[in-house]
Amino acid sequence: MVSASTLDQLPVGCSATVKALSFAGSKRRRMLDLGFVPGSPVSALQASPWGDPVAYAVRGAVIALRRQDAKQISILAKGGSWT
Amino acid sequence: MTENAYTIALAGNPNVGKSTVFNGLTNLHQHTGNWPGKTVATARGAFTYRGERYTLVDLPGTYSLFADSAEEEIARDYICSGEADATLVVADATCLERNLNLTLQVMACTHPVVLCVNLLDEAERKGITVDLMALQDALGIPVIGAAVRSGQGLAAIQEALHQAVHHPLPPPPPQAACPDADSLSPEECQDALVGAILRRAKELCDAAVRVPEHANDRDRRLDRLFTSKATGIPVMLLLLGLVFWITIAGANVPSELLSRLLFSLQEPLRGLLARIGLPVIVQSAITDGIYRTVAWVVSVMLPPMAIFFPLFTLLEDAGYLPRVAFNLDHCFQCAGAHGRQSLTMCMGFGCNACGVMGCRIIDSPRERLIAILTNSFVPCNGRFPTLIALLTMFFAVGGGLASSLVSAALLLLAIVCAVAMTLLVSRLLSRTVLKGTPSSFALELPPYRMPQIGQVLVRSLLDRTLFVLGRAVTVAAPAGLIIWLMGNLRAGEGTLLNACAAFLNPLGTWMGLDGMILLAFLLGFPANEIVIPVLLMGYLSTGSLTDYAGLTELKAILLQNGWTLHTAVCAAIFTLFHFPCGTTCATIRRETGSLGWTALAVALPTAAGMLLCMLVHLLFTLLA
Repeated sequence: MVSASTLDQLPVGCSATVKALSFAGSKRRRMLDLGFVPGSPVSALQASPWGDPVAYAVRGAVIALRRQDAKQISILAKGGSWT
Repeated sequence: MTENAYTIALAGNPNVGKSTVFNGLTNLHQHTGNWPGKTVATARGAFTYRGERYTLVDLPGTYSLFADSAEEEIARDYICSGEADATLVVADATCLERNLNLTLQVMACTHPVVLCVNLLDEAERKGITVDLMALQDALGIPVIGAAVRSGQGLAAIQEALHQAVHHPLPPPPPQAACPDADSLSPEECQDALVGAILRRAKELCDAAVRVPEHANDRDRRLDRLFTSKATGIPVMLLLLGLVFWITIAGANVPSELLSRLLFSLQEPLRGLLARIGLPVIVQSAITDGIYRTVAWVVSVMLPPMAIFFPLFTLLEDAGYLPRVAFNLDHCFQCAGAHGRQSLTMCMGFGCNACGVMGCRIIDSPRERLIAILTNSFVPCNGRFPTLIALLTMFFAVGGGLASSLVSAALLLLAIVCAVAMTLLVSRLLSRTVLKGTPSSFALELPPYRMPQIGQVLVRSLLDRTLFVLGRAVTVAAPAGLIIWLMGNLRAGEGTLLNACAAFLNPLGTWMGLDGMILLAFLLGFPANEIVIPVLLMGYLSTGSLTDYAGLTELKAILLQNGWTLHTAVCAAIFTLFHFPCGTTCATIRRETGSLGWTALAVALPTAAGMLLCMLVHLLFTLLA
């Protein structure tokens, strides 16, 4: 089963695939440049001490995003190990 | 004689050692930092190879050429202008896939391009292998492997650049294109094009790079230690505390030796000046004014700086600072500030003027102003030694382990207060004059790197310590002369110095300080480093100093002038929070383009310091 969600809901230690971005303009461009492109595999590596931001592995780099930004990235879970 | 001259553009992602390549090729010592976006302005340098001159233009570190921030615009405009004869792209071997993104974009804009795969030593440590030949064949451009930190690959880069400008390879075929550009919306096309470039980068990496499954396990383990809920903040405080403790415990003895040496030279200098026939008044101005102040600046400032800077640089080189930003980001978010402000704040610990300039990495004007206005709330390198001297004098007199631990803990407390104040004022600003919501931000956590300890020592000693010391001495010499003049010119009953101090005294007393301390802070406006030496000069301008024996003696002078623990606490608070130094003010004026904002940047920390001092003074008075 494949379930769709947004990146901020991806639990630490889990992986998914980027489905779409709801940013526009230069913010969108920046996210794309960082590797958040539809189809990119992404995994949540580590939450900061306060739980927000969270560090994600994407395209061979580690990028930390705030929750409000991660919300704008929709993802497809791999294999539905979480809902 | 050089006949031909070529221009080479130097591009790369942040944190790939681009500045190290630049320094290595040009022998120009430019400080390299580990925070994203450090090189905001472009630097130029030159080298000569086979009798020809190459000018190297160091472009800002960027992830892409196509986004809208100031750095990317500079890089894009320069590369696309065709001004350079060739472009050298520096990439990090440990995360090549992401770095090839920029390489492919550069290749789409210009020709010829040379790719330098740097940090191969770091990759080797992680078991990552890069097939440079395969990469070169697939890309169709020269690919040079390097570990520039240890000097490997520089000659090959020079040769490749030489070949590139003389016998360039034919332009490679386009590496990525947007499929059916006509049938897609601009946004879909953007996704498709960026996707195509990233897919191509992945293809190239899959073919040329072998990453063992557990290559990044060490980094993840370190991240768990440095940034997890349980250990992130305690480890951060512990590390900072350790740095402070080493500085405090280590600086005491050399400081004393240095001051003994320098002060033993004072009378011989006077004798020398007398022998060349200078009048007594000039002899005194030079020895008691200029020389003595400079000697104090050197002996009080040099040892802590020479220990603190290299330690700080080690943390910076290892890649720890972005983790600090990661740990603290939530607080900045709550304060309505930009995530990158934690980075500019860290730069402020080095130098507030650099921190203010660093605020260029913040795109949103509102958040940038908040970061600029609050930068001076953290103490810079010029203020650390003052804090260290105050704390050591009043809390670590015995010199034992316990007392140095106590003063390190107090210094840590001071820093925590400074950060808390930064957040508080940022929040205040974002609720009042600079209303708005935080904009989006992404922070790269670069791979950890083994710092090159030898290089760090040399570089931080040469670049930072001597630079800061040089500036302090340049300012201290005239300040010493001024204070000597003020101490010797008569104004009514007493000296001009005493008249000024007496004028400031009521305000000083309100703040738990005295007029002379305030005067020292005012005279320290050009450089904060000289506050304590100027203060001592002020106190001693009427008396005479017979024997000097380090900080214990300094404390005795302060005690003679009515200092108590209470005065020391207030002086430490005012050291943390007062008007930014002259250089910082000028930088704020330049960066904001407004006298109004500059005035606010001066008023905020000064008001905060004065209020806090008055409050503490009140508390002490009530308790006593």
